[in-house]
Formats: sequence, structure tokens, C-alpha cells
Amino acid sequence: MILTNVNTVPGKKIVEHFGLVQGSTVRAKHLGRDLMAGLKNLVGGELKGYTELLQEAREEATRRMAEQARLLGANAVVNIRFATSSVAQGAAELFAYGTAVRVE
Amino acid sequence: MLELFVRYPDLFSLLLLLTLGYTAGTIAEKRHYRSIRRREAELVRMSVVTAEGSFPPGKVRRSFLVSGSAVISIDYFKRLLAILRNIFGGRVKSYESLVDRARREAVLRMKEEARKKGAGMIINMRLETAVIGRNANRKKSIGSVEAIAYGTAIVFNR
Repeated sequence: MILTNVNTVPGKKIVEHFGLVQGSTVRAKHLGRDLMAGLKNLVGGELKGYTELLQEAREEATRRMAEQARLLGANAVVNIRFATSSVAQGAAELFAYGTAVRVE
Repeated sequence: MLELFVRYPDLFSLLLLLTLGYTAGTIAEKRHYRSIRRREAELVRMSVVTAEGSFPPGKVRRSFLVSGSAVISIDYFKRLLAILRNIFGGRVKSYESLVDRARREAVLRMKEEARKKGAGMIINMRLETAVIGRNANRKKSIGSVEAIAYGTAIVFNR
């Protein structure tokens, strides 16, 4: 599966469009990690636990989107966009969407 | 001295937190900026553009999505400064450095991923910022921000 965030797949020609595909996931980290982040908030700096959490979540959302595209018979997703939102305290939602296409 | 401490424990713990936040926060920020500048210099040849660009046929071997992200939080002292800034208005420098660090770190991680996979450039780069974490839903306090950078990495034919 080829994933790009441009309108086309560079160097390849799109032969068929399948429309919108999307994937999302809501994640929360366990209490220990939240506590560490709370402590880190005092001195500032990177919250590694959250960075990891969001990375995993983004990969999961992308995977779900790609799976949807595969079921449609596509072999690439173009024009991918990511969005993050906090739906509840301590939880983050990651959302990925794009257009499923087939390239030659 | 000890008597004062016993009488106003809250005040002292606040002062302690402020000094801890200030010293540790300043040291961490300086170190982070040094690392950012060093890596930016290393990766200066990997060009990143926000345009889509078009390539002549046969030039591109493959393309794929790359992304990088970082969650950076602000220290206790700077948070207090920002709250004070709210009263008078004006430039909030402590938050400027916060988002600046998050974005530059995210872009660097994206570039590092692209280089690891042998890409020559990144096109159509997009940046996204979000407030996350414990205090995401509290209106007043922005404790930590997340920056995501993503784009399409291009591997050229030689």
C-alpha cells in the first residue's frame, strides 16, 4: 500500500478512484504514565510517554485507513490528512483520512 | 527561618516549585535548542517543501508518507509568567519557545525518518498542532502542546 499526502502518487498514474477512506483511534495512557507526565509538567520538556502514545495511535489510525482502502481494492491512498483532538481528559483521538485510488 | 517555614508551608513549597521549574526548565530548554540546531545543520541538505511539485517521468523510484511528532510541556515558572502576561497582554515569550521547540523537533524527526529510508526530499509538508494531556480540556491552562509534521518523501532514481 502506497501512502502519500499529495494529490497523486509521484511517478505513477492513477487509474481508478474509490473515494474517502478513514481510520481513527482514541487512546489514553495508564495512570503511571499520567503521573510521570504530571511531574514532568513542573520542569517542562518533552513528555516522552505522550509522544509515544500519539505515535502508536497515529500508526493505528493509518493502518485502519489502509485496511479500508485494501478492502475496496485500492493499492494506494493519496491526499492523506491527520487530525488530533482531545475528546476527554487524558485521552486523545487521532484521525487519518484520505482518498483511496488504484495506480498502475 | 525554620519558624517562617513552619508558619507558611504553602508559600515555601510554591517558591521551591518555582525555583525548581526555573532552573531545570532553563537548563532543559537550552540543551534542547543546542540539539535542535545541531541536527538541523546535519539535515540541511534534505529539502522540505510545502508545495506538491511535479517530477518528470522516470525520475521517482518510490514515494511514501513520513511523519514526526513531539509533545513538549512548559515548566512551572514559565506557566506562571504566562498567566501574569494574561493580565497585561502582549507577547507571551514563554509559549513562543514552547511551540517553536515542538514544531522544530517534529520536523526534525520527520526528516530523520525520511533520511533513514533513503529519501532525497519531502514534498507537501503539513504541520498540525494540538493541545493534549491532562489539562487539555481546561480552558485557562495550556500545559503541553503536540506538533505533528508529515509529508511525502521521495526516493529518486540515480
